[in-house]
Amino acid sequence: MWEYTDKVKDHFLNPRNVGEIENPDGVGEVGSLACGDALTLYFKLDDQKRIKEAKFKTFGCASAIASSSALTEMLIGLTLEEAEKITNDNIADYLGGLPKEKMHCSVMGREALEKAITCYLGNAEKKVEGEIVCECFGVTDIQIERAVRENHLTTIEEVTNYIKAGGGCGNCHDKIQAIINTVLGKESSAVKKAPTLTNIQKIKLIEQTLEREIKPALNKDGGDIELVDVSGNTVQVRLRGTCASCRKSQITLKNYVETKLRELVTPELVVEEVSL
Amino acid sequence: MKPIYVDNNATTRVAPEVVEAMLPYFSDYYGNPSSMHTFGGTVGQYINEARSKLAALLGASPEEIVFTSCGTESDSTAVMATLRSYPDKKHIITSRVEHPAIKNLYEYLAKTGYRVTFVPVDSKGLLDMDFLVSSLSKDTAIASFMWANNETGVIFPIDEIAAILSERGIVFHTDAVQAVGKVPIDVRKTRVDMLSLSGHKLHAPKGIGALYVRKGTKFSPFLIGGHQEKGRRGGTENAASIIGLGRASEFVAAHMEEENTRVRALRDKLETQLTQKVPSTFINGDRQQRLPNTSSIAFEFVEGESILLMMNEFGICASSGSACTSGSLEPSHVLRAMGVPFTAAHGTIRFSLSIYNTESDIDTIIEKLPPIIERLRTMSPFWKGTCAAA
Repeated sequence: MWEYTDKVKDHFLNPRNVGEIENPDGVGEVGSLACGDALTLYFKLDDQKRIKEAKFKTFGCASAIASSSALTEMLIGLTLEEAEKITNDNIADYLGGLPKEKMHCSVMGREALEKAITCYLGNAEKKVEGEIVCECFGVTDIQIERAVRENHLTTIEEVTNYIKAGGGCGNCHDKIQAIINTVLGKESSAVKKAPTLTNIQKIKLIEQTLEREIKPALNKDGGDIELVDVSGNTVQVRLRGTCASCRKSQITLKNYVETKLRELVTPELVVEEVSL
Repeated sequence: MKPIYVDNNATTRVAPEVVEAMLPYFSDYYGNPSSMHTFGGTVGQYINEARSKLAALLGASPEEIVFTSCGTESDSTAVMATLRSYPDKKHIITSRVEHPAIKNLYEYLAKTGYRVTFVPVDSKGLLDMDFLVSSLSKDTAIASFMWANNETGVIFPIDEIAAILSERGIVFHTDAVQAVGKVPIDVRKTRVDMLSLSGHKLHAPKGIGALYVRKGTKFSPFLIGGHQEKGRRGGTENAASIIGLGRASEFVAAHMEEENTRVRALRDKLETQLTQKVPSTFINGDRQQRLPNTSSIAFEFVEGESILLMMNEFGICASSGSACTSGSLEPSHVLRAMGVPFTAAHGTIRFSLSIYNTESDIDTIIEKLPPIIERLRTMSPFWKGTCAAA
């Protein structure tokens, strides 16, 4: 039995905005009967180009229906620029989380939204981009690469949970692994290839890594990190929020921040915590 | 809310008679049957009484019964014990619709160098006998075909298969986990060499199973340890559960006729009413060669997990052949082997009854389910409604 949150159950048993819109401004269709879930998303804009109405029809499990319902609720009142920024994680978060095997339901929501917006903008629906890797579920290399990059996926199982690829016969597992390797490799090798860093480059890169990689991760748990100084290879940081009072802050520092910085900046770095 | 339990192929209620028979073996007669003292040794005598009761249900001799921990252990034991006894034979055969206990074991063996044949079934779930016969060879070590399918209830022609295999001297194992207690089985008439069964499918507790091993069948133990079960399965006997399985054997034998009359009638009523009330609905599997308690109903254009969770709101407990409930992404391998279209496989619900079900249970399902399907269909982008009568 799946452990669905109360919010998922509520949106499944009392789904919002079920139906079709006549003369919609945008329509996005994703999924198929064969795949076991499918969603058609409709929206209509008001004079201010804000989404006035959003409706859906979904074939699928409880989490697919709940994700669709949640997405329509999130969309109403947004401009298309705002709507475009909705990620599958946002949908899952709105529902208080989804079981990891069901993340593909939230990805389906995001994909339908993208298609509906593309439809509105008048771009002819793009043909399937890239090459089909997973024959069972018709998933392309470009879709897999994107899912891996955006959701920081590292295993085939995670890829299957997010976009189903690899969940059927399993013949494509080697190809999926190769894509994961390429994406992971790209990320680290892009930095590794950099020649010896000058001090300014190093500090900039440390700042960037803290901002883009480490802060968001700590923020998730209610913590924060601030760069105090860099001298030589010693990086001084100050921790705030939950992390500072957390007994495990030393472990957080050693194991996480340092590993990340070493991986993405230079392996010589040492991290030190400065008290408040 | 009192549950309406129609998921008896998943597990059954332990009969109160069975619980009562077991209770003394926890705190009163807790001795080890292998002990020299009377206190323990007596337990051994009761275990053998239970063995006789189970043997009687199958038409077997008591010494042909090996107690195990579950149906899966019985299946693994049968296959591995045979392969160890015939180390030179490298071909094994089974069907495409077996329970994972056999399916995954065979797939594992395929990776370790065995040549494996999975015999196909037709759209009704019936076995392709010509394919079966033409796949056999001198290299075939063991054939394993389930007596009755857990998802559809379809019964394989075990008598006929047994005759074919015994003529060729190929060891025949049958996973009869779903059949024992629901349909009459007599190994004196049906020449199976080994037969697996599981306690919790026939109103005994979980954690007890048995393997019937025909006298004279080559056998090399799978679970190696003490001398228990005449050296065929090491490990201290699960005394209370064995006593329970013995009592349950009597219980299902006594209710066999009811299962095949009253329960069958309830199942048939459920099928007739639901297929009448809900359009685009059909029954999976052969209607004749089938267990009396099982019904696999496909509701097109809706998804099984959603149906189950909406029925759950009314306390109705069933299961589905859909992908979403199992954690895998593809619908049941059984339905796919039968060529059930995806439009129907994803929306297939299995109802499996027992003698504890009442007419009112069935009436409630007949009342509550059609609006659920209707509601999900209005949500489904694939549902275009039924064609209006011209």
